[in-house]
Amino acid sequence: MALDRWIAFVILLVCVAYGYAAYFTMDGVLPPIMQRSPIWPSSFPKVLAVGAILFSLAIVLGLEKAPQKEDAADINLSRLGDYNVGQALLLLGLMVAYALLLRPLGFLAATFLFLFLGAFILGERRFVLMAVIAAIAAGCVWYLVDAVLGIFLSPLPGFINSLASGG
Amino acid sequence: MFEGIMTGLATAFTFTNIMMVIGGCLIGTFIGMLPGLGPMSIIAIMIPVAITIGDPSTALILLAGVYYGAVFGGSTSSILINAPGVASTVATSFDGYPLARSGQAGKALTVAAISSFAGGSIGAILLMIFAPMLASVALLFHSSEYFALMVVGLSAIAAFAGTGQVAKALLMTFLGLIMATVGEGVLFNMPRFTMGIMDLQSGFGFITLAMAMFALPEAIYLVLDPGRSKTGDGEDGGKITNLRITRQEAKSIAPVIGRQSLQGFFIGVLPGAGATIASFLGYAVERNIAPKEEQEQFGKGAIKGIAAPESANNAACTGSFVPLLTLGIPGSGTTAILLGALIALNVSPGPRLMVDEPQIFWAVIISMYLGNLVLLILNLPLIPYIAKVLAVPRNFLIPFILFFTLMGAYIGQNNATELLLLVGFGICATILRFADYPLAPLLIGFILGPLLENNFSRAMQLYDGMGFIWSRPMTLGLLIFAVILVVLPSYRARRARARAEGVADGD
Repeated sequence: MALDRWIAFVILLVCVAYGYAAYFTMDGVLPPIMQRSPIWPSSFPKVLAVGAILFSLAIVLGLEKAPQKEDAADINLSRLGDYNVGQALLLLGLMVAYALLLRPLGFLAATFLFLFLGAFILGERRFVLMAVIAAIAAGCVWYLVDAVLGIFLSPLPGFINSLASGG
Repeated sequence: MFEGIMTGLATAFTFTNIMMVIGGCLIGTFIGMLPGLGPMSIIAIMIPVAITIGDPSTALILLAGVYYGAVFGGSTSSILINAPGVASTVATSFDGYPLARSGQAGKALTVAAISSFAGGSIGAILLMIFAPMLASVALLFHSSEYFALMVVGLSAIAAFAGTGQVAKALLMTFLGLIMATVGEGVLFNMPRFTMGIMDLQSGFGFITLAMAMFALPEAIYLVLDPGRSKTGDGEDGGKITNLRITRQEAKSIAPVIGRQSLQGFFIGVLPGAGATIASFLGYAVERNIAPKEEQEQFGKGAIKGIAAPESANNAACTGSFVPLLTLGIPGSGTTAILLGALIALNVSPGPRLMVDEPQIFWAVIISMYLGNLVLLILNLPLIPYIAKVLAVPRNFLIPFILFFTLMGAYIGQNNATELLLLVGFGICATILRFADYPLAPLLIGFILGPLLENNFSRAMQLYDGMGFIWSRPMTLGLLIFAVILVVLPSYRARRARARAEGVADGD
């Protein structure tokens, strides 16, 4: 079975769960006053669930024939090994690490590390240049977002902030 | 209309707003040139900035400036290095790149800039004429017609996804609508489908979703396949010398620009068609009607081959503002993001916009002229310098693209969970892209979801059930039209296949 049909199958499962929630579990908790209204919170999701299940079934069963096409700009899955899958996964892992460490490390350190390690993963080895670029970028973006846009970004690690506010 | 223009002039011609147009165009051009960041991603990154500004007119002027700048930047990179940043400028590279290779990059850029300027300006004039007309009709619509219109819009977007893709596009639309129901909506005072997770209480952030659907998969593709990014070779980027074109050349492209601006605009108005189809169609039409000897030049560096797609895609970009500003229904991914920005700014786009807040509508139109002018007189001479960005090595570029997607999602919601959602959705989106699922319908469905449900609910309440579908002929008509839109492509594909097998239609 081709990838697109597997994906449709997964989506189908999600939609069945969604539809189950809409049809069987949501209405029970509805206050009596709202039950007299012609429209319930579950009404629209019920319609959506039916539609989504029908279309995902159509793809799983292969009712619509996809045209054969060769697009040079696309990734050819049969040669997945030729691509830099490892780099891509490492970068995604780095993004997750950034999300988890942004608060504890503070914006400046987390961003510096992200940009530095990002370039490192991609094969860059000019360490001084990498450090300088990452430092300047982290500083500039923090200044722009915090001072110019007025959106608070905690710049320093969490424990220093709490020390400063505690003392 | 004259009154409106004056309002628009008064709003747009303040120091701040002019700076916003100039700044927006420059930022847009700059980032639009980079691979991996198309107009959609750039606008999504800029939305937190726009929301901090607070004033809807100024914010929209900035975002519109960024939009034109990004489209312009995209055509620049497709001419200079044959790496279109966006699908709508692919057609520009057919002739732009050969011309640049023959040492006439300057001429190619000038033709592109003039055509974009003309296309954008003619589009803005048409928008000024047609939008108020459409809005006055739309004022007669009830919530049931709105519901039906949105269904038509979503079906058209799915139908334009192409043969063999309609079911996929529709599934993506439904998925977007389903995702929009997560969280506590305005309609009902209760959280839905949050699975007890507190961070989902306010639903998914649309900027996060926009980043995850477009910027992140493109960046992952760039990592996976180094051949995609043609930056950093510095081979052709430096030689932009003569920006002039001759009077003869100007004369030969003038009719092309005129025709393609009109055609592009009307294609842009249709939901789902948009700038990409307009530019390819414009290119094809001009090649077909050109004299025999010129036809052979197409693909080898004909200036008409640059003028046609460039005027068409800019006119189409402007045209796509018509349904957005008059009906509040976006016809493309980019205008869907703009709609999200408007909602975040507490502006409800629709026919009432022109009545209630005319200054927003007219300021956007005036800013379109201004933006086009800025691109022509400011950005064009600066292109040789801006093009230096194309020489940034990908080892540095890609971490920055990833970082900007993270920042866009984080600033919008100020919530680290949002970043995890971004990565998760980004991975899903990349896998969906592997399997040829179109992603724009998902985002458009997500942004239209609350509006669709709102109008659906109001119509249900008014008619105490589904009765609104058959008791309002216009609603019924629109819904039937939506079904035809969806069924027609697959019916025609089936018939064509049957005919190819020689078993049907008796011929």
